[in-house]
Amino acid sequence: MARSAAFWAIVRKDLRTYYFKPPNISWGLVFPLAWTLMFFLRSGGGLDIARLLPGVTAMSILFGTTSMLAVTITFERRVAAFDRLLLAPLSLEALMLAKLGGAVLFGVLNSAVPLILGFILTDLAAVQWLVVVPAILLTSFSAALVGLFVAVSVSEVFEAQTFSNFLRFPMVFLCGLFLPLTELPGWLRPLSYALPLTYGVDALRGGLGGGLHLPLWLDFTALAAFCLALFLLSLRNIRRHWIA
Amino acid sequence: MIEESQPGPGETPPALAVSGLAKRFDDVQAVDGADFIVRPGEVFGFLGPNGAGKTTTIKLLTGLARPDAGSIAYFGADFTRRLKAAQHLFGVVADGNNLYPELTGRENLEFCAALYGIGRAEARNRVEELLERFGLDYAAGRRFGGYSRGMGRRLCIAAALVHRPRLLFLDEPTTGIDVPNAREIRRMLAGLAADGTTIFLTTHYIEEAERLCDRVAFIVAGRIVRQAAVEKLLDGARDRRIIELQLDTAPEPLLSALSEHFPTNRWEPRAGKRLRLISTAEIELAPPVAFLAERGAAVLEARRLRPSLEEVFVEVTGLAAERLSAEKGGRRG
Repeated sequence: MARSAAFWAIVRKDLRTYYFKPPNISWGLVFPLAWTLMFFLRSGGGLDIARLLPGVTAMSILFGTTSMLAVTITFERRVAAFDRLLLAPLSLEALMLAKLGGAVLFGVLNSAVPLILGFILTDLAAVQWLVVVPAILLTSFSAALVGLFVAVSVSEVFEAQTFSNFLRFPMVFLCGLFLPLTELPGWLRPLSYALPLTYGVDALRGGLGGGLHLPLWLDFTALAAFCLALFLLSLRNIRRHWIA
Repeated sequence: MIEESQPGPGETPPALAVSGLAKRFDDVQAVDGADFIVRPGEVFGFLGPNGAGKTTTIKLLTGLARPDAGSIAYFGADFTRRLKAAQHLFGVVADGNNLYPELTGRENLEFCAALYGIGRAEARNRVEELLERFGLDYAAGRRFGGYSRGMGRRLCIAAALVHRPRLLFLDEPTTGIDVPNAREIRRMLAGLAADGTTIFLTTHYIEEAERLCDRVAFIVAGRIVRQAAVEKLLDGARDRRIIELQLDTAPEPLLSALSEHFPTNRWEPRAGKRLRLISTAEIELAPPVAFLAERGAAVLEARRLRPSLEEVFVEVTGLAAERLSAEKGGRRG
């Protein structure tokens, strides 16, 4: 009970002090609109919203989640506020899950913006929510965990932003969003399969009525495996570097 | 030299018992085999210059760093390998104001209460009680980012007390704080101690340690070089006579000649062209004044000083007392 109160206090505090700030909310709105517009211009006006939606949704999650978590944790470490959390009688696993919680919720909310746009602009009757919802959750989790991994690897706020971009942009270009995986050069393809976003985009595509490139079970298994591996790796690094 | 490292038979277990605590960072031995106890209800001072290992010791004791060696027991139970389980027993005030600038003073305390699993109704009462106690009720609705440094430090102390810990760690609580706020913080700490809270205080202000602490440990380069009750340390210094001379020139070039000519006195240069003359015998002032005048140094003022912890610190550590206060923002009122 006490642990659950502490957990939710951290989630609420993070949402309020970091995520639900006007600049972040406007970023969450502007970002999917900008991507939709870019694809619209690229397609020469013939916009296929249903085909576009998985990619824009995945990118909204990725860009809304990764750097926010990396930056907020790095900031809290710089001002030693993170020590206050480490001193609370809460296990490191629960503490880091609470920090991830705010980012995941923010990612889920970000994903709602393109989905709402999709509902307005096209018919999404064929959407399989039992696939879309877990795909959004797992993609948000994996993107937040990339942010945690960044936070554990840097010590300055500006490094968090730079390192996030260093990881995010290759993910965007190699996840099958711009170029189908089958059209990627053979030597690049293994790299695509080593990125969580590839599986997130594929699962979202499956759920939103597009064609699946990989079996759905593989998408979910790979996403869950990425989440677990990144979480354990981050915990190990925190114990090794922050509580050294 | 370590004194009073073990409690006597039949005594209540110490609030904190540390044995052989050690930590090395690369080629620096930050803490080197520290042994000490903190008794329930006492104010224990950890006194040393910047970089002596004070903050590292607090981190090791509270679970923010892992010791290489040693044991840590709180209130009679060994927590060396499970410090997480001891964290509800103590509160920690870090050396900076580490609350959340976006939250108000009240929200910060409520958040800290939630971290310790305190229910809403109880937390509300506790937060109001602390805000009043620390004189911050008038600023409770203001963002922490707008607090002055002194107000911020007071709120940080309040935050560390929100779960009613039995032991409070304070890392340099008055460093960088203006004189009135530093005095207010000291008054509050004395009040906490009077109420029975055990306090572990690191400081480089010798006067602060002398005023607040029941016992002190001197730490230099990671090693505890002496620990004892403040009164006991002062007793050992009471036979000393100390005269401070204000010169019109820097005393350093004259030190060797003074030591040679007046071998029974100890000569300590101080900042601001001051020179301390320390002796266990009665001091005759006229000969050294004349000696200095012959060498072109006029004595502008002379005053007798009461022996203090500062003399003990200098004697034990061999460090100039001013090295302590000069490093982090000078003397405090």
